[in-house]
Amino acid sequence: MSETAPQAASPPPESMLSGAAKRVWESVLPFIVVIALWQFASLFFPRFLFPSLIDVFWRCLEIFADGSMFKDVLVTIYRILAGLAGSFVIGAALALLMVRSRAVDKFLSPILTLFQGIPALSWVVFAIIWFHGVEFRILFIMVLTTLPAFTFQVLGALRGMSRDLMEMVFSFRPSRAKLFRVMIAPAILPDILTAWKVNLGNASRVVVVAELVGATGGVGYQLLLQQQLFDMAGALAWTLQLVFFVLIVQGSLTLIENIAFRYRAVSERVI
Amino acid sequence: MKDNVTPAEAAIHLVDVSKVFGKIGTAAAFRAVDGLNLDVRPGQMLALLGKTGCGKSTIFNMIAGLTAPSSGTVRVNGRDPFAEFDSFRGKMAIVFQNDRLLPWRTAIQNVELGLEMLEVPVAERRATAQQWLTKLGLSGHENDYPHALSGGMRQRVSIARAFATNANILLCDEPFSALDESTAGRLRAEFVKLVKENGKTAVFITHSIREALEIGDRIVVLKRPAMIAYDVRFDASTGPEEREDIRSRIVEVLAV
Repeated sequence: MSETAPQAASPPPESMLSGAAKRVWESVLPFIVVIALWQFASLFFPRFLFPSLIDVFWRCLEIFADGSMFKDVLVTIYRILAGLAGSFVIGAALALLMVRSRAVDKFLSPILTLFQGIPALSWVVFAIIWFHGVEFRILFIMVLTTLPAFTFQVLGALRGMSRDLMEMVFSFRPSRAKLFRVMIAPAILPDILTAWKVNLGNASRVVVVAELVGATGGVGYQLLLQQQLFDMAGALAWTLQLVFFVLIVQGSLTLIENIAFRYRAVSERVI
Repeated sequence: MKDNVTPAEAAIHLVDVSKVFGKIGTAAAFRAVDGLNLDVRPGQMLALLGKTGCGKSTIFNMIAGLTAPSSGTVRVNGRDPFAEFDSFRGKMAIVFQNDRLLPWRTAIQNVELGLEMLEVPVAERRATAQQWLTKLGLSGHENDYPHALSGGMRQRVSIARAFATNANILLCDEPFSALDESTAGRLRAEFVKLVKENGKTAVFITHSIREALEIGDRIVVLKRPAMIAYDVRFDASTGPEEREDIRSRIVEVLAV
């Protein structure tokens, strides 16, 4: 029993602190550069093209502080999350069917591929022609535009599961629920989180298009108003609301990844 | 040294078992096992020995219930392991060639896996898993993830996982072949001790004659397509000269 486990030496607290500071600096630096470039441009261009970021900042605060305006942000967030949740549930169910049956896979794959080729704006037009209710229209657009990606991503994750590990778990004769809990869910979780990250960005872009054309509230609708007023500061402030939301959710997903995937070995050599 | 065991008494009972991969009757069909008859009595440690590709793993998978035979009968404790797959929950455990630990589970959580399937209460399964980890010299590594353990330690965890369910039938598919000789030797000795102490019936697949002689109290040598070419039983009283005769005979059979 002489063999020993590979040991990782823990770094001293000072180097951990400087490492954390370096990581923060590296993540903040790109934003500082973009902000500085914009502010620099605002000195030379008219306000309706490049407004000062100080103006944009106050407009952002105004949206946060004004209940009726912030409600538009919340409506859009709700639409994004509802659309993604619906799309994920349907996509995961389709992926499970496809992985279990070659016939279902052969039938659904071309349809989903076809859907992937349809532009988001086309779905917006179809939804306006087909349906009356604004909320249902937007939900329909959100689900249809993100469904193929979710389905293919979950399908890829299911197919990519280790056959060796699956056989090992099968050798203990698990029930379906146990198999899902101990093997399938942890194995596909990394891909599912990645799928959410990717689709979140897509959904936040699509929802704005859907609201721009077919809604009477939400960030997209507000952007339409700013365009009609030729108010660049307002347009930027409303856009930033969505950007903040995406950053917060992406950050939360990254946090979940860091906690859930702490079991992963980290190589000192990068790709 | 032939022992007579009736089909009803046999822990593992194979009658005229064949396995063909691909469509039978076509050029693509591959016969991996051909008309195999084999009985393993309870408490026996059978070493299945043969060259790579002789069908050992196919037999193993059929006994484990992971593959169905193309024809013939496979019975484990009187039941069909493929058709009655779920009825073997907790009655059969497998140690694979590589450790196959779930990377998202700590060592102790991996050992608990089989006990979870048996709905053993959390405290009880934690205590059982701890006991097996301690027995296998892994005390202090309970909360390590697999990537933080050496190859030998990971294989110990997989052995602990197999023993923790207290299954009567133990199937081992070259479990020490990926380890260095000294670690493999130590683990092999521990493994034999544990099997004997716990009165298990074990089928041990190997391609090493030395390992088969160390592990088994019966050796079956297979030739492609998985047919018994030599079947020998021995025990602790078998002397070095007799063992050497067995070894020579196995070498001869494998060379043909």
